[in-house]
Amino acid sequence: MSQTLMNTKLDQFRSKLTPSKVKIDQTLLDHADAYLNGREFPTTRDEFWKYTRLTKISNLQINVNASIIQSIPEAAIIHPNAQKIVFENGVYRKDLSDNIHQLSGVQFSDKGNSNFSFQEEVFYALNYKYSTDAITIDIESKTVLKDPIHLILISSGEGSVSMPRIAINADKFSESEIIVSTHNVNSQNCLTNVVIEVDVQENAKLTINKVQNEKSTNFSVFNERVDQALNSCFMLNTLTLNGSWVRNNVRVNVKGQNVETHLLGAYVTNESQHVDNHTLIDHLAPNCQSNELYKGVLDGKSTGVFNGKVFVRKDAQKINAFQSNGNVLLSDDATINSKPELEIYADDVKCSHGSTTGQLDEDAVYYLRTRGLSEKSARHLLVTAFIGDVLEKVEDEHVVKYAESALSERYGWSF
Amino acid sequence: MKTLINIKDLHASINGKEILKGLNLEVKPGEIHAIMGPNGAGKSTLASILAGREEYEITEGSVDFDGKDLLELATEDRAREGLFLAFQYPVEIPGVSNVNFLRTALNEIREYNGQEQISAKDFMALVREKSALVELDSKLASRSVNEGFSGGEKKRNEIFQMAMLQPKLAILDETDSGLDIDALRIVANGVNKLKTPENGAIVITHYQRLLDYIVPDFVHVLYDGKIVKSGPKELALELEEKGYDWIKDELEKAH
Repeated sequence: MSQTLMNTKLDQFRSKLTPSKVKIDQTLLDHADAYLNGREFPTTRDEFWKYTRLTKISNLQINVNASIIQSIPEAAIIHPNAQKIVFENGVYRKDLSDNIHQLSGVQFSDKGNSNFSFQEEVFYALNYKYSTDAITIDIESKTVLKDPIHLILISSGEGSVSMPRIAINADKFSESEIIVSTHNVNSQNCLTNVVIEVDVQENAKLTINKVQNEKSTNFSVFNERVDQALNSCFMLNTLTLNGSWVRNNVRVNVKGQNVETHLLGAYVTNESQHVDNHTLIDHLAPNCQSNELYKGVLDGKSTGVFNGKVFVRKDAQKINAFQSNGNVLLSDDATINSKPELEIYADDVKCSHGSTTGQLDEDAVYYLRTRGLSEKSARHLLVTAFIGDVLEKVEDEHVVKYAESALSERYGWSF
Repeated sequence: MKTLINIKDLHASINGKEILKGLNLEVKPGEIHAIMGPNGAGKSTLASILAGREEYEITEGSVDFDGKDLLELATEDRAREGLFLAFQYPVEIPGVSNVNFLRTALNEIREYNGQEQISAKDFMALVREKSALVELDSKLASRSVNEGFSGGEKKRNEIFQMAMLQPKLAILDETDSGLDIDALRIVANGVNKLKTPENGAIVITHYQRLLDYIVPDFVHVLYDGKIVKSGPKELALELEEKGYDWIKDELEKAH
């Protein structure tokens, strides 16, 4: 074993990590080991990583840092009534978290496991093997949560690596909202690699609002896997407000009939930021609808990637799948690589997908200016309208307000 | 008597092609001037240049707008000084609500003129009053700018915006195009109600029909980049009857 361990960049990277003490199914761990041993980090020759380089991650100077935060930073508060669960560098900070045990209808455990089979993907494998902590949130059947549960992921220090794993089980007829957000405190060159495994059971309704607001030079990879059963409704809103390097891997398996799936995303980038959204909705059952809308505004030398795939399997008839990606490039040096994909094997479905990329409509800028708006105001108004199209579909007004104020703080936009 | 706008010997070109070739026009407060002319004469170019469209190159001439050198002002500053262009083809702006952008516009205009911001209450009262003026459904007023509006609704929305901004000089660029007779009447009524002894309007049109509703004090014929004939409102009727060819003939004879 030790021989193979120094051969590849990935091996070298792993040699600086501490194998996890978190309990996990042995088969999964064996899979992860077998997958990782002797493997190299994916390169841009891999279709899945075509536009996103992992060089910076493989070169990270990894440190294990002691926890430093004494309280939840103000900037990490999104919803005033949310039950907060705090992680610092991927480690569950019970002392800073609310007592979720007291919440009726919710079972919480900080000894996570995984109900999912192994996912052949390097960041999943790393998370299984090196998870820093793992939790399980169980929304019991028929529970309707009034306020959301907020998972706060904070990076601190230099070169910290966070690999939390979060299992969410929305039991039958439950209704709930989970907020997941990333933040940082005096940190740089940190990596967050989260696995979120979600089970949305029959007739359950679950919304995950994901707010990515890490500043400075941190890297984050989000891996979400969602299983949806009969009559369930799942919504994932990914709001990427900041972060130098962000990759989202979303996979939704629609296994039951009459299921609704909504994936929304907004990303606003500047300078040399890189934001990559990969989504996959796999329609395995008939009579379902999925709706996907991702919009981005890219400025400076930032780059964006959107790769959205919708599978409609042979027996998944009467599927209504809609997918759209829109981008506005504010500078000549900003880049977006957009690839909407549909693979349909059923013959009675209604699917559409589309991608648009452009600059702000100069005729609209001119029109607004002839009404007395400064050029700056006109551009702000158009940009906020463009992104607002996504934000207005997010139901939690506190999340929307947070996103709006983060964007107005960063860009001076007013919504 | 002071002039609102004084255009002197204006020459302008786009991509090296001269469109305006020495245009003169003077509008005083309280006056409505109609500009008619055949296709390609430069009517819309004139409107665009006055509003500040940047693609055009001004090669000669001057435009004085209420004591300011208009050509030196940025598009938004022209609006803030009191110039308004009702577009021939109003732009659709998805996601930007009419009232939202008008509040921003109004406040930026007020700031420019050293006035206080309008309160939300006063603003909404103004919206109600002015949308009634052009019989624009108040729901349309709060919808995205022109998005999904019919041709008539777009033009009414232009006049609604004009009513909100209360300009010194309004330029209506073929506001009648694409309007049925009812919409034409509503739009014209709006314009007439907004007329005061202090403000003025330039009405650009192809057809005499609009001028039955908005009665001009002067009619000008724009042909080949110049005003070649001016007269009282009856000139419009004569143009309607004879077309533009007789003017072309007259011009050729003069040469």
